[in-house]
Amino acid sequence: MCDTCGCNITDGNRHLLTPPKGQTNFGNTPAKILNNLLLHNDQQADTNRARFDSKCVLTINLMSSPGSGKTALLEATIRKLNGSLRIAVIEGDLETENDADRIRALGVPAHQITTGTACHLDAHLVEKALDHLNLDELDVLFIENVGNLVCPASFDLGHHRNVALLSVTEGDDKPAKYPVMFRAADLMLISKTDILPYLPEFSPDRAEGCLRNLASKAPALRLSSKSGEGLEAWIAWLHSELKSYRKARQQHETVKPNVQPEGRMLHRAEPEIRFVAVKKSA
Amino acid sequence: MHELSLCQDVMDQVTELARKHGARSVSRVKIQIGQLAGVEPLLLESAFTIARAGTVAEQAEMITEVVAPLVVCNACGSESEVTPSSLVCLACGNNDTRLIRGDELILARVELEVDED
Repeated sequence: MCDTCGCNITDGNRHLLTPPKGQTNFGNTPAKILNNLLLHNDQQADTNRARFDSKCVLTINLMSSPGSGKTALLEATIRKLNGSLRIAVIEGDLETENDADRIRALGVPAHQITTGTACHLDAHLVEKALDHLNLDELDVLFIENVGNLVCPASFDLGHHRNVALLSVTEGDDKPAKYPVMFRAADLMLISKTDILPYLPEFSPDRAEGCLRNLASKAPALRLSSKSGEGLEAWIAWLHSELKSYRKARQQHETVKPNVQPEGRMLHRAEPEIRFVAVKKSA
Repeated sequence: MHELSLCQDVMDQVTELARKHGARSVSRVKIQIGQLAGVEPLLLESAFTIARAGTVAEQAEMITEVVAPLVVCNACGSESEVTPSSLVCLACGNNDTRLIRGDELILARVELEVDED
């Protein structure tokens, strides 16, 4: 989808497409530089991660379809934690400050990234957002990605863990339909379980089965941000991840999310070469 | 996704090969795409028509070959060719498997036109 909608290019990396000063022949320059976008993204992601690591801030990337309850989960998490962890949120949406406003209303720092047309966050957009947050005062940073089950899976933001939400209104075969996304998940959350009684067609067991069929060992937790059911297990996961992250930091190590390589970097194996002889032109 | 930037990566390698072998032009490029690569063959092909413009591969055709996932079972050791939505061992039904093929993007073959002498 991205080459047709132009979503490779975000406000965060647009500068990479600008020709060097004084260069008048625009010609192939953008194409040439575009080539490196993903490489640049990965480099920026490493820089971001080093920044999180220097302040020991566990950073979690929340991904899902639009409307599966990412912001509601964050609201419920903030209430449940009740100040026991210092957290902040980066919100990604195409437009509006609505989600960041919801987080701020609970007294938690939030910065909204509006991506315009881009359907995912990238490492450059996150870097810009970091200027608006004080990492010194944080234990955990949540990045709520743009609601989309395709592109966000491929862009490393420099975060440490991927959490994928699947709400019970969506169909329990989502992991089978979007294997690249769900294979990237370090944790799958089945959300909105309070309305399960009205949705007999959704089976949490089947959803988890679809995840297991992707050879994923990621835990699958069930919760409702509205009723609070299942929140304890999610909070426990969070604490346990924070504990192992801090342990890793004591060893000067970091943790990386289950980001799939997606063959984004062309394998450097030597291709087979075939020669076709053609008559010399006159 | 991001097929255009991937195509630029392809073009870089192809252009370099053409230069190294003193080719006059590139006539065909073959790419293998794993079904779990997150890359859509049709989009890659259409992105290629943009990426090749003005290069030594301007007239080149891109052939894409889709590669099904291959897993090896951690329980029984069997290898199975599977579908992207089910990476389960076909021999014993275990889902404790490792993907050994199917998430890659490989430049498999390049056909170069060279002057006959």
